[in-house]
Amino acid sequence: MLYREAGEFRTSYPDDSQTFPISFDKYRYYAILAVLVVVVPLVINDYWANAVLVPVLVWSIAALGLNILTGYCGQISLGTGGFMAVGAYGCYKLMTAFPDLNIIFCIVLSGAITAGVGIIFGLPSLRIKGFYLAVATLAAQFFLVWLFNSFPWFYNYSASGQITVPERTVLGFPVTGPYTEPWAKYLICLAFAFALAWLARNLTRGSVGRSWMAIRDMDIAAEIIGVNPLKAKLQAFAVSSFFVGIAGALFFSVYLGAVEASEAFGINQSFLVLFMVIIGGLGSIFGSFAGAAFIVLLPVLLKNLLVGKLSWPTDIATNSEFIIVGALIIFFLIVEPHGLAHLARLFKEKLRLWPFPH
Amino acid sequence: MIEQLLYAIEVSLNGLMTGILYSLVALGFVLIFKASGVFNYAQGIMVLFAALTLVGLQSGQVPFAHLINAIFGTHIYNFGWNLPAVAAIALSAVVMVVLAMAVEKFILKFLINQEPVILFMATIGLAYFLEGFGELMWGGEIKAIDLPLPVGISDTVERVTYDHFGYGFFIDRLDVAAACVAAVLVLSLVLFFQYSKIGRALRAVADDHQAALSVGISLRYIWVVIWSIAGIVGLAAGIMWGAKSGVQFSLSLIALKALPVLMLGGFTSIPGAILGGIIIGVGEKLFDFFMNPVIGGATENWFAYVLALVFLVFRPQGLFGEKIIERV
Repeated sequence: MLYREAGEFRTSYPDDSQTFPISFDKYRYYAILAVLVVVVPLVINDYWANAVLVPVLVWSIAALGLNILTGYCGQISLGTGGFMAVGAYGCYKLMTAFPDLNIIFCIVLSGAITAGVGIIFGLPSLRIKGFYLAVATLAAQFFLVWLFNSFPWFYNYSASGQITVPERTVLGFPVTGPYTEPWAKYLICLAFAFALAWLARNLTRGSVGRSWMAIRDMDIAAEIIGVNPLKAKLQAFAVSSFFVGIAGALFFSVYLGAVEASEAFGINQSFLVLFMVIIGGLGSIFGSFAGAAFIVLLPVLLKNLLVGKLSWPTDIATNSEFIIVGALIIFFLIVEPHGLAHLARLFKEKLRLWPFPH
Repeated sequence: MIEQLLYAIEVSLNGLMTGILYSLVALGFVLIFKASGVFNYAQGIMVLFAALTLVGLQSGQVPFAHLINAIFGTHIYNFGWNLPAVAAIALSAVVMVVLAMAVEKFILKFLINQEPVILFMATIGLAYFLEGFGELMWGGEIKAIDLPLPVGISDTVERVTYDHFGYGFFIDRLDVAAACVAAVLVLSLVLFFQYSKIGRALRAVADDHQAALSVGISLRYIWVVIWSIAGIVGLAAGIMWGAKSGVQFSLSLIALKALPVLMLGGFTSIPGAILGGIIIGVGEKLFDFFMNPVIGGATENWFAYVLALVFLVFRPQGLFGEKIIERV
């Protein structure tokens, strides 16, 4: 009843391209945001921050980035892990080289560095398409991780080959290092996730986003109607890498604190992000968050259930986890290949007509 | 200088052998991609699964022993028999055929007409599933394959080359055996594709799904056949790699190495897979040999991908791939 518009009253393009055309949606969005900003930091504890909320937010940013590239521009990438590594190492080098620089700037700058690297690895996309491109982006994945492991300059010649985050504060509160309060961790990730989601939404509903989608749907046709494929594809690579780089920087500095390139940013992370995007829904901002939440929370849930409740031996639980995750992915693809976002859309359609569908 | 040159030749010969092993894995990819347009990421796991099954069957392990023991509190591990190698290989082949049937029945059947990326994701899901399933079934420890395969350095080659060049080449006999197996496999596959009735149906499906359906070829049957063949090729690759480096999880990572091989050769070409494997194998060994003093080791990790990337920029369909024609 609440969830209803009485007809199409849009008379202008701005009306038509509203993010929340229904006012109920808009108020619900504000309400959720208010809960996330005000209520959650008050009740959050260490476990919830480290196992649930912070990883979900960080992975959401990475999924947003890949969704821009794959969902909106149609270029499949398996190099996400490598680009996250660029973000993380860029952030580390900036933080150690300029100790006075605020960490927010460090993170944004490392995103910009990643965007540059993304453009370089995006260049072949003008010639290579489809699966060939997907495999070609593996070059980025393996080359970048190798680079960070074999040149000690990147990890400041530390003996372990790891990079460890120095302590930094925002407005006097520590956000990195061992003395960080869970709410500070959570809030800085939330702020980045919110700002980037806002940016992604506004980019994708404008002319830039339309040119991406034209390229995705058919690049030759798009070229004929006047979309510059060079510009559109490289823009998508740059913006996507910017997001992924920020995700990598947050992953290293706020979430983990110390990483080693081949462990933290291996090929598995690339696949993980791709899963998030596909399960959440290609070409959907909400889908990126939903997919990230699903993929991050499922193992946590399974672990609690199998090891905690049923007290199985851990190795059997780990193997079962693989089996269940794999089976669920296949199940999802069979039942709803367009992802969670599409499920939400269908639910909304139902809700619109409820309770009198005819 | 001549020493250096001979050493480089030896390195590239070894690379050649490794490359042939890569192409054994790549072959499975090509078969499935040709017949169903599915980019089967799970091929690497299928290699591992086949090798695990072979070892398990041969040494008489009880499948799911760990799980059964954990649930029922029993202590069973072994049936206490040792199957002869031929029987174990045949049984593993049967298991791979059953796996192919299951894949068709539970996954592919439902995904007809979906976009390629969805099918690709489904095979990644399958890879996760098989990874957990294989370890649950046979246990996660590193196993050795106990088959009468030639191993060790070939003395004959070393002696002959020493007499001729004054420099003994080290060639692993296992690599030579693998090369022979690969040659036999490729030859029989080509013959099978060209001259058997099923082979003709397979080529028809590869050309055009709808046209093949309309002349009465059962797509689902063809898929089972092609996944079975890919499984058996995977078994061969699993035996060779397993004998080389032990049956362990890292075996499935070779699948990733097979991808640039495929890209170089073209996704749809069997000779391309072989040639691509050889180029990658020789290339990465030689590159490591020459560049090791300059930029450090472990370049094998990425060289294959970068080579394929650079190559594709100039020839987007690979060496032997069908020319990509795009229409609006």
